[in-house]
Amino acid sequence: MTERPLSPHLSVYRMSRYTLLTSILNRATGLVLSAGLILLVYWLVAIASGPAAYRDARSVLSLGVLKAIYVILLAAFSYHLFAGIRHLVWDTGRGLERAQAKRSAALVVICSIVLFVALAWWALHAGAPAP
Amino acid sequence: MNLRSPLATVLGQGSAKEGVHHWWLQRLTSVALVPLGVWFVVSLLSLHSFDRATVSAWIGQLWTAVFLILLVLTAAWHSQLGVRVVVEDYVHGHGAKAITLTLVTFFHVVVAVAGVLAILKVALGGAA
Repeated sequence: MTERPLSPHLSVYRMSRYTLLTSILNRATGLVLSAGLILLVYWLVAIASGPAAYRDARSVLSLGVLKAIYVILLAAFSYHLFAGIRHLVWDTGRGLERAQAKRSAALVVICSIVLFVALAWWALHAGAPAP
Repeated sequence: MNLRSPLATVLGQGSAKEGVHHWWLQRLTSVALVPLGVWFVVSLLSLHSFDRATVSAWIGQLWTAVFLILLVLTAAWHSQLGVRVVVEDYVHGHGAKAITLTLVTFFHVVVAVAGVLAILKVALGGAA
Protein backbone atom coordinates (compact mmCIF):
# COMPACT_ATOMS: atom_id res chain seq x y z
CA MET A 1 0.00 0.00 0.00
CA THR A 2 1.20 3.51 -0.72
CA GLU A 3 2.26 5.75 2.14
CA ARG A 4 -0.85 7.60 3.18
CA PRO A 5 -0.85 10.36 5.79
CA LEU A 6 -1.62 8.89 9.20
CA SER A 7 -3.45 10.56 12.03
CA PRO A 8 -2.58 11.94 14.58
CA HIS A 9 -0.53 14.73 13.04
CA LEU A 10 1.02 15.68 16.36
CA SER A 11 3.41 18.22 14.88
CA VAL A 12 0.65 20.50 13.60
CA TYR A 13 -0.77 21.14 17.07
CA ARG A 14 0.39 23.67 19.59
CA MET A 15 0.86 21.95 22.96
CA SER A 16 -0.24 25.08 24.83
CA ARG A 17 -3.73 24.89 23.34
CA TYR A 18 -6.41 23.91 25.85
CA THR A 19 -8.13 21.81 23.16
CA LEU A 20 -5.11 19.55 22.83
CA LEU A 21 -4.43 19.45 26.57
CA THR A 22 -7.99 18.46 27.53
CA SER A 23 -8.09 15.85 24.78
CA ILE A 24 -4.74 14.22 25.56
CA LEU A 25 -5.56 14.28 29.29
CA ASN A 26 -8.80 12.41 28.61
CA ARG A 27 -6.86 9.74 26.75
CA ALA A 28 -4.12 9.53 29.39
CA THR A 29 -6.59 9.28 32.27
CA GLY A 30 -8.49 6.61 30.31
CA LEU A 31 -5.32 4.54 30.05
CA VAL A 32 -4.65 5.04 33.77
CA LEU A 33 -8.17 3.80 34.54
CA SER A 34 -7.59 0.75 32.31
CA ALA A 35 -4.63 -0.06 34.54
CA GLY A 36 -6.92 0.52 37.52
CA LEU A 37 -9.31 -2.09 36.15
CA ILE A 38 -6.49 -4.65 36.20
CA LEU A 39 -5.83 -3.73 39.83
CA LEU A 40 -9.54 -4.08 40.66
CA VAL A 41 -9.75 -7.54 39.08
CA TYR A 42 -6.54 -8.59 40.85
CA TRP A 43 -8.18 -7.57 44.14
CA LEU A 44 -11.44 -9.42 43.29
CA VAL A 45 -9.59 -12.59 42.27
CA ALA A 46 -7.57 -12.45 45.50
CA ILE A 47 -10.76 -12.26 47.59
CA ALA A 48 -12.19 -15.23 45.68
CA SER A 49 -8.99 -17.25 46.07
CA GLY A 50 -9.19 -17.64 49.84
CA PRO A 51 -7.75 -16.08 53.02
CA ALA A 52 -4.08 -16.87 52.32
CA ALA A 53 -4.21 -15.43 48.80
CA TYR A 54 -5.99 -12.33 50.09
CA ARG A 55 -3.37 -11.82 52.79
CA ASP A 56 -0.63 -11.92 50.14
CA ALA A 57 -2.54 -9.60 47.84
CA ARG A 58 -3.20 -7.19 50.69
CA SER A 59 0.47 -6.88 51.48
CA VAL A 60 1.07 -6.06 47.80
CA LEU A 61 -1.91 -3.67 47.58
CA SER A 62 -0.86 -1.74 50.69
CA LEU A 63 2.61 -0.92 49.35
CA GLY A 64 3.52 2.75 49.34
CA VAL A 65 3.85 2.81 45.56
CA LEU A 66 0.28 1.57 45.19
CA LYS A 67 -1.03 4.18 47.60
CA ALA A 68 0.38 6.79 45.23
CA ILE A 69 -1.34 4.95 42.40
CA TYR A 70 -4.71 5.11 44.24
CA VAL A 71 -4.32 8.88 44.44
CA ILE A 72 -3.57 9.00 40.70
CA LEU A 73 -6.56 6.73 40.04
CA LEU A 74 -8.88 9.04 41.99
CA ALA A 75 -7.57 12.01 39.99
CA ALA A 76 -7.92 10.11 36.71
CA PHE A 77 -11.46 9.03 37.61
CA SER A 78 -12.44 12.61 38.49
CA TYR A 79 -11.08 14.02 35.24
CA HIS A 80 -12.24 11.23 32.91
CA LEU A 81 -15.76 11.41 34.38
CA PHE A 82 -16.27 15.11 33.63
CA ALA A 83 -14.34 15.09 30.35
CA GLY A 84 -16.49 12.13 29.28
CA ILE A 85 -19.69 13.97 30.17
CA ARG A 86 -18.39 16.92 28.10
CA HIS A 87 -17.97 14.55 25.14
CA LEU A 88 -21.50 13.21 25.62
CA VAL A 89 -22.86 16.78 25.58
CA TRP A 90 -20.89 17.45 22.39
CA ASP A 91 -22.44 14.34 20.83
CA THR A 92 -25.84 15.97 21.10
CA GLY A 93 -24.50 18.80 18.94
CA ARG A 94 -24.35 21.31 21.79
CA GLY A 95 -21.43 23.36 23.07
CA LEU A 96 -19.31 23.11 19.95
CA GLU A 97 -18.76 26.85 19.45
CA ARG A 98 -15.24 27.98 20.26
CA ALA A 99 -16.24 30.14 23.22
CA GLN A 100 -18.48 27.41 24.64
CA ALA A 101 -15.76 24.77 24.25
CA LYS A 102 -13.29 27.02 26.04
CA ARG A 103 -15.74 27.54 28.89
CA SER A 104 -16.59 23.83 29.18
CA ALA A 105 -12.88 22.96 29.22
CA ALA A 106 -12.41 25.25 32.22
CA LEU A 107 -15.55 23.83 33.82
CA VAL A 108 -14.30 20.24 33.39
CA VAL A 109 -10.95 21.12 34.99
CA ILE A 110 -12.59 22.94 37.92
CA CYS A 111 -15.21 20.20 38.53
CA SER A 112 -12.62 17.44 38.37
CA ILE A 113 -10.29 19.22 40.80
CA VAL A 114 -13.17 19.79 43.24
CA LEU A 115 -14.28 16.14 42.99
CA PHE A 116 -10.72 14.88 43.34
CA VAL A 117 -10.06 16.98 46.44
CA ALA A 118 -13.37 15.84 47.96
CA LEU A 119 -12.69 12.15 47.23
CA ALA A 120 -9.08 12.36 48.42
CA TRP A 121 -10.19 14.08 51.62
CA TRP A 122 -12.83 11.40 52.15
CA ALA A 123 -10.35 8.61 51.49
CA LEU A 124 -7.88 10.08 53.98
CA HIS A 125 -10.26 11.00 56.77
CA ALA A 126 -13.42 8.93 56.61
CA GLY A 127 -12.56 5.89 54.49
CA ALA A 128 -10.87 2.72 55.64
CA PRO A 129 -7.06 2.58 55.47
CA ALA A 130 -6.14 1.28 52.02
CA PRO A 131 -6.67 -1.63 51.50
CA MET B 1 -10.81 4.40 -16.01
CA ASN B 2 -11.17 2.87 -12.60
CA LEU B 3 -13.38 -0.19 -12.63
CA ARG B 4 -13.28 -0.76 -8.86
CA SER B 5 -16.39 0.19 -6.96
CA PRO B 6 -16.12 3.08 -4.51
CA LEU B 7 -16.72 0.58 -1.68
CA ALA B 8 -13.83 -1.64 -2.78
CA THR B 9 -11.46 1.31 -2.80
CA VAL B 10 -12.21 2.29 0.79
CA LEU B 11 -12.65 -1.11 2.46
CA GLY B 12 -9.78 -1.77 4.81
CA GLN B 13 -8.43 1.73 4.30
CA GLY B 14 -10.38 3.65 6.84
CA SER B 15 -13.99 4.68 6.70
CA ALA B 16 -16.25 1.94 5.47
CA LYS B 17 -18.89 2.93 8.02
CA GLU B 18 -17.69 0.43 10.63
CA GLY B 19 -16.68 3.33 12.82
CA VAL B 20 -20.25 4.15 13.71
CA HIS B 21 -20.65 0.90 15.60
CA HIS B 22 -17.45 1.53 17.57
CA TRP B 23 -18.50 5.12 18.22
CA TRP B 24 -21.95 4.09 19.42
CA LEU B 25 -20.64 1.38 21.77
CA GLN B 26 -18.11 3.82 23.22
CA ARG B 27 -20.99 6.22 24.02
CA LEU B 28 -23.30 3.49 25.32
CA THR B 29 -20.67 2.15 27.72
CA SER B 30 -19.65 5.65 28.84
CA VAL B 31 -23.26 6.53 29.72
CA ALA B 32 -23.51 3.33 31.79
CA LEU B 33 -20.15 3.95 33.45
CA VAL B 34 -21.17 7.35 34.85
CA PRO B 35 -23.53 5.90 37.51
CA LEU B 36 -21.58 2.63 37.85
CA GLY B 37 -18.26 4.44 38.35
CA VAL B 38 -19.67 6.90 40.87
CA TRP B 39 -21.43 4.08 42.74
CA PHE B 40 -18.21 2.03 42.86
CA VAL B 41 -15.96 4.83 44.13
CA VAL B 42 -18.51 5.91 46.75
CA SER B 43 -19.04 2.28 47.88
CA LEU B 44 -15.32 1.62 48.11
CA LEU B 45 -14.73 4.75 50.17
CA SER B 46 -17.70 3.83 52.38
CA LEU B 47 -16.25 0.45 53.35
CA HIS B 48 -15.10 0.71 56.95
CA SER B 49 -12.44 -1.95 56.48
CA PHE B 50 -10.72 -3.89 53.72
CA ASP B 51 -10.42 -7.11 55.69
CA ARG B 52 -11.68 -10.16 53.86
CA ALA B 53 -14.83 -10.67 55.94
CA THR B 54 -16.05 -7.11 55.36
CA VAL B 55 -15.29 -7.14 51.63
CA SER B 56 -16.82 -10.60 51.14
CA ALA B 57 -19.97 -9.55 52.99
CA TRP B 58 -20.20 -6.46 50.79
CA ILE B 59 -19.81 -8.46 47.56
CA GLY B 60 -22.25 -11.02 48.97
CA GLN B 61 -25.09 -8.49 48.85
CA LEU B 62 -27.17 -9.16 45.73
CA TRP B 63 -27.15 -5.64 44.29
CA THR B 64 -23.47 -5.15 45.04
CA ALA B 65 -22.69 -8.27 43.01
CA VAL B 66 -25.02 -7.15 40.20
CA PHE B 67 -23.49 -3.67 39.93
CA LEU B 68 -19.92 -4.97 40.35
CA ILE B 69 -20.40 -7.45 37.49
CA LEU B 70 -21.92 -4.73 35.31
CA LEU B 71 -19.05 -2.41 36.23
CA VAL B 72 -16.34 -4.93 35.35
CA LEU B 73 -18.00 -5.88 32.05
CA THR B 74 -18.79 -2.32 30.98
CA ALA B 75 -15.41 -0.96 32.08
CA ALA B 76 -13.55 -3.75 30.26
CA TRP B 77 -15.57 -3.14 27.11
CA HIS B 78 -15.10 0.65 27.28
CA SER B 79 -11.41 0.17 28.00
CA GLN B 80 -10.98 -2.18 25.05
CA LEU B 81 -12.64 0.33 22.73
CA GLY B 82 -10.48 3.15 24.08
CA VAL B 83 -7.14 1.32 24.08
CA ARG B 84 -7.96 0.11 20.57
CA VAL B 85 -8.11 3.69 19.29
CA VAL B 86 -4.82 4.53 21.02
CA VAL B 87 -3.16 1.50 19.39
CA GLU B 88 -4.63 2.42 16.01
CA ASP B 89 -3.18 5.92 16.39
CA TYR B 90 0.27 5.15 17.72
CA VAL B 91 1.23 1.64 16.61
CA HIS B 92 2.29 1.78 12.99
CA GLY B 93 2.74 -1.06 10.53
CA HIS B 94 0.00 -3.54 9.65
CA GLY B 95 1.55 -6.55 11.39
CA ALA B 96 2.44 -4.81 14.64
CA LYS B 97 -0.96 -3.12 14.75
CA ALA B 98 -2.91 -6.33 14.15
CA ILE B 99 -0.91 -8.26 16.74
CA THR B 100 -1.20 -5.50 19.35
CA LEU B 101 -4.96 -5.17 18.78
CA THR B 102 -5.42 -8.93 19.09
CA LEU B 103 -3.44 -9.06 22.34
CA VAL B 104 -5.30 -6.03 23.71
CA THR B 105 -8.66 -7.69 22.99
CA PHE B 106 -7.62 -11.06 24.45
CA PHE B 107 -6.29 -9.37 27.56
CA HIS B 108 -9.51 -7.44 28.11
CA VAL B 109 -11.59 -10.61 27.73
CA VAL B 110 -9.41 -12.39 30.30
CA VAL B 111 -9.72 -9.46 32.73
CA ALA B 112 -13.52 -9.34 32.28
CA VAL B 113 -14.05 -13.09 32.67
CA ALA B 114 -11.71 -13.32 35.69
CA GLY B 115 -13.43 -10.36 37.34
CA VAL B 116 -16.94 -11.70 36.80
CA LEU B 117 -16.05 -15.22 37.95
CA ALA B 118 -14.34 -13.88 41.08
CA ILE B 119 -17.40 -11.77 41.97
CA LEU B 120 -19.74 -14.74 41.37
CA LYS B 121 -17.58 -17.06 43.46
CA VAL B 122 -17.57 -14.67 46.42
CA ALA B 123 -21.25 -13.74 46.01
CA LEU B 124 -22.41 -17.34 45.76
CA GLY B 125 -20.37 -18.33 48.78
CA GLY B 126 -17.85 -20.52 47.00
CA ALA B 127 -14.83 -18.66 48.39
CA ALA B 128 -14.70 -19.93 51.96
